[in-house]
Amino acid sequence: MTTTWEVATIVAVVAGVVGFFVVMRGSSFVAHAVPQSAFAGAAGASLIGVSTIFGLGVFALVAALGIGWLGKRGRHDVVTALAVVVMLGLGSLFLSWSTEYAPAIYSLLFGEVLGVSGNEVGLTALLGAVSIAAVVVLYRPLLLSSVAPDIAEAKGVRTQRVEMMFLVLVALTATMSVPVVGALLMFTLMVGPPAAARSVVDRPGAAIALSVAIALLTVWASIAASYRTNWPIGFFVGTISAVAYLVGRSWAWWRTRRVGDSPAIVGSDAAVRPVEVG
Amino acid sequence: MLGSIVFEAGFFQNHAVRTALIIGVIVPLVSGCVGTFTVIRGQAFAGEALSDMGTLGGAGADLVGVSPLWGFVGVGVVVAGTMELFGVQRRRGRDVATGIVLGAMLGLSALFLYFDTTHSSTTGATITILFGSLFQVSGVTVPALVILGLIGLLVVGFLYRPLLLTSLSSDLATARGVRVRSIGLAFLMLMGVSVSLSSVAVGTILGTALLIGPAATALKLTRRPWSAMLTAGGIGIAATWLGILLSYDSFYWPPAKKGWPVSFFVVTLIFLFYLAADLSTWLRARRVGSEARGTGARWDRDPVGAR
Repeated sequence: MTTTWEVATIVAVVAGVVGFFVVMRGSSFVAHAVPQSAFAGAAGASLIGVSTIFGLGVFALVAALGIGWLGKRGRHDVVTALAVVVMLGLGSLFLSWSTEYAPAIYSLLFGEVLGVSGNEVGLTALLGAVSIAAVVVLYRPLLLSSVAPDIAEAKGVRTQRVEMMFLVLVALTATMSVPVVGALLMFTLMVGPPAAARSVVDRPGAAIALSVAIALLTVWASIAASYRTNWPIGFFVGTISAVAYLVGRSWAWWRTRRVGDSPAIVGSDAAVRPVEVG
Repeated sequence: MLGSIVFEAGFFQNHAVRTALIIGVIVPLVSGCVGTFTVIRGQAFAGEALSDMGTLGGAGADLVGVSPLWGFVGVGVVVAGTMELFGVQRRRGRDVATGIVLGAMLGLSALFLYFDTTHSSTTGATITILFGSLFQVSGVTVPALVILGLIGLLVVGFLYRPLLLTSLSSDLATARGVRVRSIGLAFLMLMGVSVSLSSVAVGTILGTALLIGPAATALKLTRRPWSAMLTAGGIGIAATWLGILLSYDSFYWPPAKKGWPVSFFVVTLIFLFYLAADLSTWLRARRVGSEARGTGARWDRDPVGAR
């Protein structure tokens, strides 16, 4: 069980940080697509007896880079959507070859409290450290290209490169998180807490910190609740993320009513990109 | 002799296969027609969300002991109506909000499926709902599927002109007296019904392939909506029937010797058909020159609406 707490903490921190940029860049599609593609990797790995994290990592990376490559050629379209669905089908094929078909599908898609084995904690911690280090190093170009891509370009930021790095970050996040939270529900950790945080706080640094805090609370509460009730951890993660999002939006709405002026949620990036937080 | 190689013994006599073949006509036909407009209107995101959210309906129906089809339809219609109500217009906010709702619904589905395994000692519900049950459809579900499908087709035919008008230009449509919002709502509900049907066949998370795959393929081959709908239906039926055949034949294939899942075949074939059409369009454009690049491009503009 300690393993789960450790892994979950790392996962929450990374998801909270990377998720902030997911929401900022409006990359919902990537947040859904990468974990779902990774599912096939996990299924294949368990079939040939390789580490699940390894299978997840390979497929997540390929998917993320594939999406980036297709995106560069202007193909955010049917090919990508269909390819993701084929990956899901492939995952179901791999699992159908195993004897533990139904339970394995369930835990890979919806999460499993004991999803990470003891000897994979080190690997998860390493991936987590790499991810956080990457965000720290890339922070300014990443932030700038997320808020104002044109200004970023003018300032010499290689937005294509940054986009690729961002996609790799999403892949790393998915690799760490899928064993615990599940492929289908992993994205809620990258969307709910950050969106809630952004509704409450404007400044990126504070928003990221709040996002991580909310993600940590979400994951810890989910593990505790799942442990006590035996109900699937994915249920708690999905529900608590939704509640956090609602609370955040309600807070923002209430503040707007009190101030009576322009919405506080738009905040500092209003001048550059007048879009709602979501 | 070739026949007995392609068709494993007992293919045509197998009752489940015959049922699957019938479903494999009506479901792709509806998906192809509705999907054509989905792609034209750039609403693939809504279609995918509707399909995924159906998981909750299927899990709930299964828990209560009813056929998942009713759960799919119920959720599909309710969510479609709600989507219209909240006016899923602005893309950024829509993505996050829809994602949050989907997450909550999938979480609840996980809970229902968990209850299902503990209370009724069947573990197959997850697979049935998420990846389809084309060979296990029985009882009243089959005629219900066919009837719902026929109604869906009738509605598409009935709404064809206003749908086309609103998809091309909502201003023009309004000027001609078409109630754009009502048409929009009707279409969302139509999509809800269409994805419920395909969820029975290939499951909720794979259903998107049936909705947008054949349609996008058809729109690469023809510009006229009518022929696109028919072509999409044809491609969908071909992929489904071929998938049924392959799945039946795969019964003795390694490694597990219990057959490969039919939904895997259907979805992969749809993907391959799309790639083939994509390739042929590209080859044609190269041969004739860049002026030909306009073929099909009009409907091809980012139909998924993904970033």
